[in-house]
Amino acid sequence: MNDLATYNFAYLDEQTKRMIRRAILKAIAIPGYQVPFASREMPMPYGWGTGGVQVTASILGPGDVLKVIDQGADDTTNAVSIRAFFQKVANVAVTTRTKEATIIQTRHRIPEETLKEGQTLVYQVPIPEPLRFLEPRETETRKMHALEEYGLMHVKLYEDIARNGHIATTYAYPVKVEGRYVMDPSPTPKFDNPKMHMSEALQLFGAGREKRIYAVPPYTEVVSLDFEDHPFEIQKFDKPCALCGAENVYLDEVVLDDKGGRMFVCSDTDHCEDRRAHGHAGHMLARPTPESQEAAE
Amino acid sequence: MSAVPLLKVNDVSKFYGSRIGCRNASFELYPGEVLAIVGESGSGKTTLLSCLSTRLMPTSGIVEYHMRDGQYRDLARMAEAERRFLMRTDWGFVHQNPAEGLRMTVSAGANVGERLMAVGDRHYGNIRAAACDWLTRVEIDEDRIDDQPRAFSGGMRQRLQIARNLVTSPRLVFMDEPTGGLDVSVQARLLDLVRGLVHDLGLAAIIVTHDLAVARLLSHRMMVMKDGAVIEQGLTDRVLDDPREPYTQLLVSSILQV
Repeated sequence: MNDLATYNFAYLDEQTKRMIRRAILKAIAIPGYQVPFASREMPMPYGWGTGGVQVTASILGPGDVLKVIDQGADDTTNAVSIRAFFQKVANVAVTTRTKEATIIQTRHRIPEETLKEGQTLVYQVPIPEPLRFLEPRETETRKMHALEEYGLMHVKLYEDIARNGHIATTYAYPVKVEGRYVMDPSPTPKFDNPKMHMSEALQLFGAGREKRIYAVPPYTEVVSLDFEDHPFEIQKFDKPCALCGAENVYLDEVVLDDKGGRMFVCSDTDHCEDRRAHGHAGHMLARPTPESQEAAE
Repeated sequence: MSAVPLLKVNDVSKFYGSRIGCRNASFELYPGEVLAIVGESGSGKTTLLSCLSTRLMPTSGIVEYHMRDGQYRDLARMAEAERRFLMRTDWGFVHQNPAEGLRMTVSAGANVGERLMAVGDRHYGNIRAAACDWLTRVEIDEDRIDDQPRAFSGGMRQRLQIARNLVTSPRLVFMDEPTGGLDVSVQARLLDLVRGLVHDLGLAAIIVTHDLAVARLLSHRMMVMKDGAVIEQGLTDRVLDDPREPYTQLLVSSILQV
């Protein structure tokens, strides 16, 4: 019989959590700065959110209500498995409702519903370094951050305009945090960038493979980079959501058949369901007929 | 030429362990003046250039630069942020191999515009116009502005590198064998171009070369190096026409006369 603890709340041991919390505190103190941390092996492959999971595990308490989304949806593989993981290792309450959640772990979206004070958004980040594809040397990018040499970021945007006539970067769109650090907002669509600005919620970013944590504290200025004559713009959609009729939300394209049929629906499933429950309907929403109601009973 | 030197070099030495890179180099460079450093391979030309351009820290000696505010600053004691800012605004560095000085994966326009963006230019139209202007000045067609340097010939790459360095109107340009690896006719055009630009812009330049013809064409003054030491310096025409040191005489006489 060994006397090692075989169970600890939320998977990570307390020393690891302590180390990660210290990194988080440092990250909050220097908004947008990438804090190195000793990322652990997690029971899932890199690229599946090991960074986000470690951050969530470190800040999770028994009283928290957890929501996990993957591309805005609560019911896709990554979201379901991470949610099940925390139910198993921490037995915390889980929800799909943005309003009720205290911690929301996300992959590539920010919920449509405006986040409130007291909520924490945890991002899963694959590549935390916004300058990486322009400057491969880590020593050099660190120096560039330290000396605030961000001209190179605009070289990327220049190339976009030169090749496509407009800034064609649609996700992982670089932002400047509190007038100092340039930060990669993880591969969220640039549609979500304005939601980060002066958000009431705490935003934490975890990159497991790259071993970096960074943060945007509540009420922090987050400005998307642009040119004076090519200002930052978010994506626009021609039609509202086909299921709930919502406008000004981020839509996913769903291919329906091999004859070019397609529909555009909310990427944020919770937002869409909530609207439908309140009687909103898009043009492709199936209306309940007497027969289908009977069948359901 | 103004009466105040742009660069004051005092007794600069660089040792690699016990080996000598260069030793006891002292000279002054005035605005608008072109200085050639010549010598055979391994004579310490490039080491000296690296010490002057802060790419290497000299083992001893002082390099002082006349800043735009009129003060002389010891380059070795300058904060890194300030030094890097100086390097990408007031200075230029033209590498022998253009791939080292260019970003090969971004377009020619972005290569030229990078320095402008680095000093805070945020207007796409203006950056592009400046890039167009500079490409024309270095004899690259404007319609190549969106091509990557990978698609350029060696001579074009070298000219692009020069444009990229000159876009912020530097006062001092370092060139390390700018014509190395180019064929003779391309070399001639490049030299012609550099000579014109240096004259029009009033640039000061330090050019490292082993090619005495390059030195003759471009430079006002030259320094001859051997085994890490400067053995002779003076006006280019004087040194080439009337070399005093035996080594310089050997160097001059070993040029092939066609």
